[in-house]
Amino acid sequence: MNPIAKNSSDAPLMRVPEFGRAPLGSAAEKRLASLWETLPGWRGWLATVDHKEIGLRYIITAFVFLLIGGVEALVMRVQLARPDQALLTPEQYNQLFTMHGVTMIFLYSLPILSGFSNYLWPLLLGSRDMAFPRLNALSYWLFLFAGIFLYVSFPVGQAPNAGWFNYVPLSSLEFDTGPNIDVYALGMVLLGISTTVGSINFVVTLFRMRAPGMSINRVPIMVWGTLTASVGNLLAVPSVSLAFFLLWLDRQTGTHFFDVSNGGKPLLWQHLFWMFGHPWVYVVVLPAMGIVSDALPTFCRRPLVGYAAVALSTMATMLLGFEVWIHHMFATGLPTLALSFFGAASMVISIPSAVAVFAWIATIWLGRPVFTTPFLFFAGFVMLFVIGGVSGVMTAAVPLDFQLTDTYFVVAHLHYVLLGINVFPVVGGIYYWFPKFFGRMMDERLGKWSFWVMFTGFNIGFFPMHIAGLMGMPRRIYTYSGDMGWNTINMVTSIGAFLFAAGILIFMVNALISLKRGALAGNNPWDAATLEWSVSSPPPAYNFAVIPLIASRHPLWENRADEGAARSSLDEGYLLLQGRETLATTPLDARPDLILKMPDDSYAPFFLGLFSALMFAGLLLQWWDFAGLMAIAGGIALTAWMWPGRKQEQSASAMHSARDAEHG
Amino acid sequence: MNEIAFLGIGFPAALSNLSISALATAAEAPLNYFLHSYGPASRPTMILGWVLAVVCLAVCIIIGILLVAAITRKRQATDSRTIGREEEGLGWIYIGAGLSTCVLLALAVYAMITLNAIAKPATAPGLTLTVTGYDWWWKVTYEDEDPARRFVTANEIHIPVGVPVLIKLNSADVIHAFWVPQLAGKTEMIPGLMNQQWLQADVAGTYRGQCSQYCGAQHAHMAVEVVAQAPANFKYWQETQRQKAALSSAVSIADGMKLFMERCSGCHAIRGTEATGEHGPDLTHLNSRHRIAAGLRANTPRQVIEWVIHAQEIKPGSRMPSISLSPSEMADLAAFLATLN
Repeated sequence: MNPIAKNSSDAPLMRVPEFGRAPLGSAAEKRLASLWETLPGWRGWLATVDHKEIGLRYIITAFVFLLIGGVEALVMRVQLARPDQALLTPEQYNQLFTMHGVTMIFLYSLPILSGFSNYLWPLLLGSRDMAFPRLNALSYWLFLFAGIFLYVSFPVGQAPNAGWFNYVPLSSLEFDTGPNIDVYALGMVLLGISTTVGSINFVVTLFRMRAPGMSINRVPIMVWGTLTASVGNLLAVPSVSLAFFLLWLDRQTGTHFFDVSNGGKPLLWQHLFWMFGHPWVYVVVLPAMGIVSDALPTFCRRPLVGYAAVALSTMATMLLGFEVWIHHMFATGLPTLALSFFGAASMVISIPSAVAVFAWIATIWLGRPVFTTPFLFFAGFVMLFVIGGVSGVMTAAVPLDFQLTDTYFVVAHLHYVLLGINVFPVVGGIYYWFPKFFGRMMDERLGKWSFWVMFTGFNIGFFPMHIAGLMGMPRRIYTYSGDMGWNTINMVTSIGAFLFAAGILIFMVNALISLKRGALAGNNPWDAATLEWSVSSPPPAYNFAVIPLIASRHPLWENRADEGAARSSLDEGYLLLQGRETLATTPLDARPDLILKMPDDSYAPFFLGLFSALMFAGLLLQWWDFAGLMAIAGGIALTAWMWPGRKQEQSASAMHSARDAEHG
Repeated sequence: MNEIAFLGIGFPAALSNLSISALATAAEAPLNYFLHSYGPASRPTMILGWVLAVVCLAVCIIIGILLVAAITRKRQATDSRTIGREEEGLGWIYIGAGLSTCVLLALAVYAMITLNAIAKPATAPGLTLTVTGYDWWWKVTYEDEDPARRFVTANEIHIPVGVPVLIKLNSADVIHAFWVPQLAGKTEMIPGLMNQQWLQADVAGTYRGQCSQYCGAQHAHMAVEVVAQAPANFKYWQETQRQKAALSSAVSIADGMKLFMERCSGCHAIRGTEATGEHGPDLTHLNSRHRIAAGLRANTPRQVIEWVIHAQEIKPGSRMPSISLSPSEMADLAAFLATLN
């Protein structure tokens, strides 16, 4: 074939995708399965680019990190249960609290949400995969390797030890001579690459991969949450990657970005870190809030109240999230005028949160709640969200923050935010989508137990921390003396922490048992409204046998919810089976635009990720030649990745067929 | 259904019981700033804290009640497959977000008024001192226009009652934060930068402070004490602190002094002797202080010697080494240190 002719827009080369049905077992369906299925065995395991497989890997890996970070927390809670304990040395404690923070903030809280989004997005949007499947695989491998990298010095007692926000000069070579901080700095740059490519993938997927008719006002709120978080990441992650890179240069090559004796500025670190750090807080909660906004209505038997308001408030939160980083630095001696501005902005950011809270409560009020385990988690989440939110308002009041900051009050606040707004929706989300992931229901009895134990344990464990903070207990102390008045509170906190851990354990037991013995789920066990429930559980490799045509926000409720006359077409749609194909649509209205040729499975992302991680290992060990060699190897992997293959030629443009007009 | 009701009703009740019992013990907590404030730099903040705490608890209770009511309210029996209408319920958002906005704006204004109230003392500071953070202790310099009247001490700050005190804050190594919660909020001590804050004690007494910015291995043991005294007593203290060490020439301390000069003077200063080290606290008037090792131990002769020989066990990672001494050396050193009044 003539490559030039292929790239031209000559009408004869345009292809109108076939329209029709492909029921299970039909020739078309069989062909799709053979096109999209990953090879069995370890080869397929390494090479797969299936978003569902990658999503589950993200969820499981992040959950393992949650367990590791949780065990670290429990060890610390034993140390702090009583005054003047000597279970841990100060150095061990400092490494533990640092790794606890690093693990929970970076290796659990976003990756787990990326897992949900990776698994669900194409299914929610009516697509066969993410926009860049191989980039998706790379994003996962880099996350895994960066996580291992960050833990590599832990077993030898040299883990990062300057706190997760790693203030200079404490983290500079002068005060921290071991590899501890280099591991953290390089690990964060590596992880930043994973986050960045993952975010790009989400943004492009949203604007290109929606099923025809799923205009921008019909996408689920979780998609809004992840989109907003991804755009936020693209703006925020460069700041932290730069900060860590500069710190590494300071430590290894003698630059003076943060070196006080040579004119460097410690406050520069704080600005760069929190310009990233604050938006990140919203990055790790907005998609989780989206999980609730989408899944709670299923159990209230009605659509979410105020879809547009909630979607807009999601974006408003992120925008404002870039204007509040100074509230982590109120005590650094900045002028009071600047503090007032950032204090006020930090209060204003609660307004969009109020919108979401009232939308959820109204949804429950106007709906007819079904008391399943996921519902309990989502309703409990609303309460924890409010407690974490109002304690945030207290810290936003500048003069009060002069007292609150760096005390246990802030520890309590951030755990209400991160556990309340991330872990509770995530566990609820696993209960909700487990049947879709594995085709089996989780046990309801154990599920209710896990909720009540977690919810009780959480509040017993973390609410008293507010009081410890008001009584002056500073953060990050490895022990305290018995005459400070904190003894009872710390004992209660430690008991609550173990109770919470027991709840997590019940949840895990439930998941493991249900994996084998759970009741079979069927396509749509909860009678939910969104597209992922229209396919089998677990979904086939190709997701949708035909690309559906969408006519409303709730395609599976159309016949029952009064949403106008238009009906989505789920069984009849674009066939697209000349190779791995899916449909690209226009960004806002989702009109058919192009037929996308999707890439095959490939080892290249795995190897590119591996070589990148090895290159960073070379930088850590100062094996410069080795690092250079790994960079070249990575380049080769990238070349193999990009090598033009006939199957991926983007030659066909989807003509708008008559049916589009009808359904679009 | 019962367990659902428990979700919202049992929860705030459990919390308030917990907080009452916890706050009852707060009187013993020397860093408790929520119930105790002893000066104009901290009192407006304490009241702001009460107002905010009440508003926030009220919000939690109201939302909790709404949530439980939303979950448990009676509904007409309908077919479980019926789906509610999407357009309903926007009033909730308008009213809820509108009320929240009003409350938040009022709180923001109140916070700014409070900030303004504590930003500067009503009258010019009557005393200026510089506190420099070190790993893990505090150097305190009493400023004076006359360099001869300037003096240095450590870990214990004396101030006159009723007088605003300006405190300049600096660090010799990493970032620390100066925080005496019952007198004022905290301010970071950043190397290369001179920060400042003010505080004032209206009641005589000893106020405990603590480094609140994580600063490494012994962050937990970096306490400071502020002793507020009647102005006359403060003046007397100030005058005695200005004196050089009044060393007697008694033979009994000569060996101890020699030992100190050999082993300790590289880091510690005793004004009026050859000991001029600046890495550790100035010991000129060691025995005028209540505590040693930045608040960790009471200042008794026994504790001082314990500290000298076991510093690394008492405060692991501290810059103070454990110094091995024979029993007779211990006695000599103790005798000498006992004279530093």
